Amino acid sequence: MPSNEEIYEKVQETLIDALGVDDDEVTPEATLVGDLGAESIDFLDIVFRLEKAFDIKIPRGELFPENLAAADSGFVQDGKVTEAGLNELRAKMPHADVDQLAEDPKVENIQNLFTVQMICNFIERKVNA
Amino acid sequence: MRWFWVDRFVEFESGTSATAIKNVSLAEEHLHDHFPGFAVMPASLIVEGLAQTGGILLGEKFNFEHIVVLAKVPRIKFASYACPGDQLRYHVDLLEANDEGGRVNCTAHIGDRLVAEGEIIFAHLDTMDSSMAQSVDQKNFVFSMGLMSILDVDGVSEAINADA
Repeated sequence: MPSNEEIYEKVQETLIDALGVDDDEVTPEATLVGDLGAESIDFLDIVFRLEKAFDIKIPRGELFPENLAAADSGFVQDGKVTEAGLNELRAKMPHADVDQLAEDPKVENIQNLFTVQMICNFIERKVNA
Repeated sequence: MRWFWVDRFVEFESGTSATAIKNVSLAEEHLHDHFPGFAVMPASLIVEGLAQTGGILLGEKFNFEHIVVLAKVPRIKFASYACPGDQLRYHVDLLEANDEGGRVNCTAHIGDRLVAEGEIIFAHLDTMDSSMAQSVDQKNFVFSMGLMSILDVDGVSEAINADA
């Protein structure tokens, strides 16, 4: 079973390859979209690479849930994620730091849930399951 | 001109790998501008040929139920040129394929000489973004563009050669 350091190193390598970023940019707190410049198609690339690196299967939407803030989801009001929405996120994304989002639950902050650490958390849960 | 950047498939192992060839011809208009006095096939069209080879391989795996589009070229390196009279041999290996898309490793050779080598990621447009998929009115690009007919070229050639 890989240690947390091993997981972090492999995740870092994955992001360097998938996003063409330097190793010093990939810090645990770095956000994929804001800091590392990831676009939607990069998430598919990252999933492919993680599956290979860790020999796991990542079902669609498990690591990066889609349509989190869809207008008809009922989880958004006045540009903010509602309490129900936050609870939904907690349930869907136990690997993400939803409490941080709760401090300033603007819709545009949802993408900040996607951090390097979030991927590591996800992988840790997956390989230790 | 039709947007066919491979001439024929020479190997096709469903869900695994495919090899196609592309004969570069001075009849192709763009070669007279790229470049005047020095005709080389644009590298972007080599990528397109590799993507058509890989896209059909991925499409066939799912019985052409998805709209396969080139989504990303994470890595591509060019080692050499392709000139009129050359025959490019595109080889792709399908590394990953799921509901959302797929990934291939690919190479282009002329004889033993490496021309390009890289990786291409495809997305299934229909599963990715429903609003975009709706704007594409055909079931999939491969059929509508007639690209599938490339798969028949080999059969036609075989039939002719058998008669001869």
